[in-house]
Amino acid sequence: MTETDVRTGDDLPGADPEAPLLEVRDLHVEFRSRTSPPVHAVNGLSYSVGRGETLAILGESGSGKSVSAQAVLGLLATPPARITGGEIRYRGLDLLGRKDRWLRKIRGRRVAMIFQDALTALNPVVGVADQIAEMYRVHERTGRREARARAIELMERVRIPAAARRADDYPHQFSGGMRQRVMIAMALALRPDVLIADEPTTALDVTVQAQIMKLLAESQAELDTALILITHDLGVVADVADRIVVMYAGSVMEQAPVIDLYARPAHPYTEGLLAAVPRVDRTTTGRLTPITGAPPNLAAIPSGCPFHPRCPRARDRCATERPELRAVGNGRLSACHYAEEVLAGEEAAGD
Amino acid sequence: MWRYVVRRLIQIVPVFIGTTLLIYTLVFALPGDPVRALAGDKPLPASVLNALHARYNLDDPFIVQYGKYLGNLLTGNFGETFTGQSVGSLMADRWTVTAQLAATAWVFEMIVGIGFGVLAGLRRGRLGDTAVLGVTTLLISVPTFVVGYTAQLFFGLNLGWFPTAGTDEGWPVSYLLPGIVLGSFGLAYVARLTRTSLAENLRADYVRTATAKGMSRLRVIVRHTLRNSLIPVVTYLGVDLGNLMAGSIVTEGIFNLPGIGQQVFQSIQLKEGPVVVGITTFLVLIYLLANLIVDILYGFLDPRIRYE
Amino acid sequence: MSSGPHTETAEAAATATAGGAVGGRRASLWGDAWLELRRRPVFWLAAVMLAFMVLLACVPSLFTSLGPNRGCVLAHSKDGTGPGHPFGFDTQGCDLWSQVIHGARPTILIGLAVTVGSLVISIIFGTLAGYYGGLLDALIARVTDIFFGLPFVLGATVILVAFPDHGVGAMCLVLVVLGWTTMTRIMRSQVISVKTMDYVRAARALGAGDLRIMFRHILPNAIAPVFVVSMLNVGQVIAYEATLDYLGVGLQYPTVSWGLQLNVAQDYFTDFPHLLVFPAVFLSVTVLSFIMLGDVLRDALDPRLR
Repeated sequence: MTETDVRTGDDLPGADPEAPLLEVRDLHVEFRSRTSPPVHAVNGLSYSVGRGETLAILGESGSGKSVSAQAVLGLLATPPARITGGEIRYRGLDLLGRKDRWLRKIRGRRVAMIFQDALTALNPVVGVADQIAEMYRVHERTGRREARARAIELMERVRIPAAARRADDYPHQFSGGMRQRVMIAMALALRPDVLIADEPTTALDVTVQAQIMKLLAESQAELDTALILITHDLGVVADVADRIVVMYAGSVMEQAPVIDLYARPAHPYTEGLLAAVPRVDRTTTGRLTPITGAPPNLAAIPSGCPFHPRCPRARDRCATERPELRAVGNGRLSACHYAEEVLAGEEAAGD
Repeated sequence: MWRYVVRRLIQIVPVFIGTTLLIYTLVFALPGDPVRALAGDKPLPASVLNALHARYNLDDPFIVQYGKYLGNLLTGNFGETFTGQSVGSLMADRWTVTAQLAATAWVFEMIVGIGFGVLAGLRRGRLGDTAVLGVTTLLISVPTFVVGYTAQLFFGLNLGWFPTAGTDEGWPVSYLLPGIVLGSFGLAYVARLTRTSLAENLRADYVRTATAKGMSRLRVIVRHTLRNSLIPVVTYLGVDLGNLMAGSIVTEGIFNLPGIGQQVFQSIQLKEGPVVVGITTFLVLIYLLANLIVDILYGFLDPRIRYE
Repeated sequence: MSSGPHTETAEAAATATAGGAVGGRRASLWGDAWLELRRRPVFWLAAVMLAFMVLLACVPSLFTSLGPNRGCVLAHSKDGTGPGHPFGFDTQGCDLWSQVIHGARPTILIGLAVTVGSLVISIIFGTLAGYYGGLLDALIARVTDIFFGLPFVLGATVILVAFPDHGVGAMCLVLVVLGWTTMTRIMRSQVISVKTMDYVRAARALGAGDLRIMFRHILPNAIAPVFVVSMLNVGQVIAYEATLDYLGVGLQYPTVSWGLQLNVAQDYFTDFPHLLVFPAVFLSVTVLSFIMLGDVLRDALDPRLR
């Protein structure tokens, strides 16, 4: 039974209606440079999302989260990047190793992406309405006038004030928040199944952040889109996500429903992250507890558990044996030998 | 936008005055009495000398000389040669030759230069790129007159594809080979500029966005990057038109084309001050005009600049 | 946990090329550039060619026993290649091989001297204009524009025709006076962009004076592109100088230069191509090697081009 995409009206032969919208399995991405050893940016990432779900991928800079997102749409420049293992499937269809022509059926139409810095991500010499209208004109062969009208309508939907008047303005004439709205409009124009948001609010003020997140949430609800939110900001994640994947040094440390993760982390890294965030409701006074040390050089990831040099709970086993990502109950996964201890809330040995 | 244009126009005035003053200084404030030099070894009677001096304002203080000269300029009078001929008419005769030569070179360097540059920019690091880079490096390194003579010898004399000198065949035939020679340096520059600009823009974030939007590679290149990439190229081409006219001295000499380049060179040798100043002023004017047009054009092409 | 916004791919690639941030060697721009340069065959080719030319300029006696314009026998005028005379003879009957060798010195000397002079001027003016901005900047910018508007060959020819002396010193002076503008502009725009960097602001906040900021902080960071351009510039200066010699307004006899040799060759080369070919090849190779070096240096210094 071929899956007919009702919205865009053509089939995607081989698509499996039962499969999750987007599934990543054991993805490995490497960067090669001529003058240094290869950088292992992503080491075994797996997740899946279905309709209406929000998955957050949380990690610091250098954790591999953006790279994995770009790999989905085939946006990585290969060289220097190389996908050395794993699968990425949209509705069961393999996305890796596909030619550009085929991927164009997916990009923008079924899986859309918005980027962090809207100023550089938008073409500086083309008006914003034209950039949005391009989606209709190219994918649906809509005429100029109609496409433009639809673009302006979309701008109004994402609440850009005076949309009609500002349609021909250039990106640099908008504020950061407005630009991000333009990007969101562009991404949602064709009502995609999956939206990947790569640090959409990092470059914005806190109040604007909230507005943008709200817009994303509303859009998602309206279109029943799967949302993959990539961020380093714990605060942003708490409100919006259903599930969280915590990444470190290219690997998954923990995966859990959001409430469970915040209430009771199952990995020392998550524990450390939560402890480092200043919280109004905490009664303990005193200093914030940062995670000691610094993220590893991705060309020389520590043996065993990548987090072990900075882990307060680390023991001998952690330096030699790499922990598997295993189930620790309740639909949760953790890559720690001593996840149960963390879950139980036991104090770390060296505290 | 208009503020920008007006500002540029205002900036031109001091530059024009400065450059013409500079030329004037160089030519006339140099040692030696130009009139006496004109006469060669023959001694001139004092009355003739005085009359000539008065005629050409040579006894006035330098600044006054310059002032009168500038005044004349504004009425379109480029001065007179020491033999009484108007510099303006002297130029008019020869101007078309130089203009045709410069135009040929310009069109050549634009079309072939951008073509090569796009080819190289798209095939970065591969054979096409290396080839273009190699050829353009060669063209930049070999001085124009060497290229000129080699081309003349090889394509003109030996192969007989082009006329070797003169303007007998009119435009375009007579101007093809000299035009190519004159434009060869600019061609190399344009090609490299296009190449670098295109390669840079292809890596820009907005290209990634366009790809993520599902645009075809062709569309991304043509619709999104080409326009951005060509901005610096267009600016260079605009300015180069002025350069080409000034640089025609050598090419006109090699191919014996009676243009203003040849004229000004002869006049320098003969120390005919007014002609040199006249022609140079004219060339400077063209250069400044070209610069102005380019700046305005740039404002149109790149919306970001309009709001500075 | 929040650093400034930057893409992960850039981060990953940068980490790789910088050799790591944790406990690793701090990569420097020039150090990395050298590593990159070493691997390129173009660099070595250009370096060898250039070294050869410089050797010719410094120690011509290694290659020929004759002095410049010596040992000329008019009877041999324009003769072709013969035993002991690999390049033949020039119009005066001098050994062309020897003449071409001697032509290297003034050419390279002028090229280097002019570029160094222009570099010094551009550093001073460019830094002052870029750093202080305002009226000083506007003034320097206008002066630059004025000199820019003057067609080079014309201006040079005018000056030289009136100059009594056409020696190497005069040529250098003229070329510097007419050529300082390009590098100054670049220096100025570089300084302007570096001036706004945070580390400059930090230095100022720590009480550093203007001069110190200019020379310790701004200059080292702004200089790379200017350096690249100056290398390319040497080639261009050499080409210009040769053009002026060829037009007859540059160096004069008895100075020996390639441009002069080409000037003489133009009337005879149809029948005696060797008069043109040998000086032309040497001249072109010299300019070529400077330009190749400049190119490869620019690529090596630009971290984004890897």
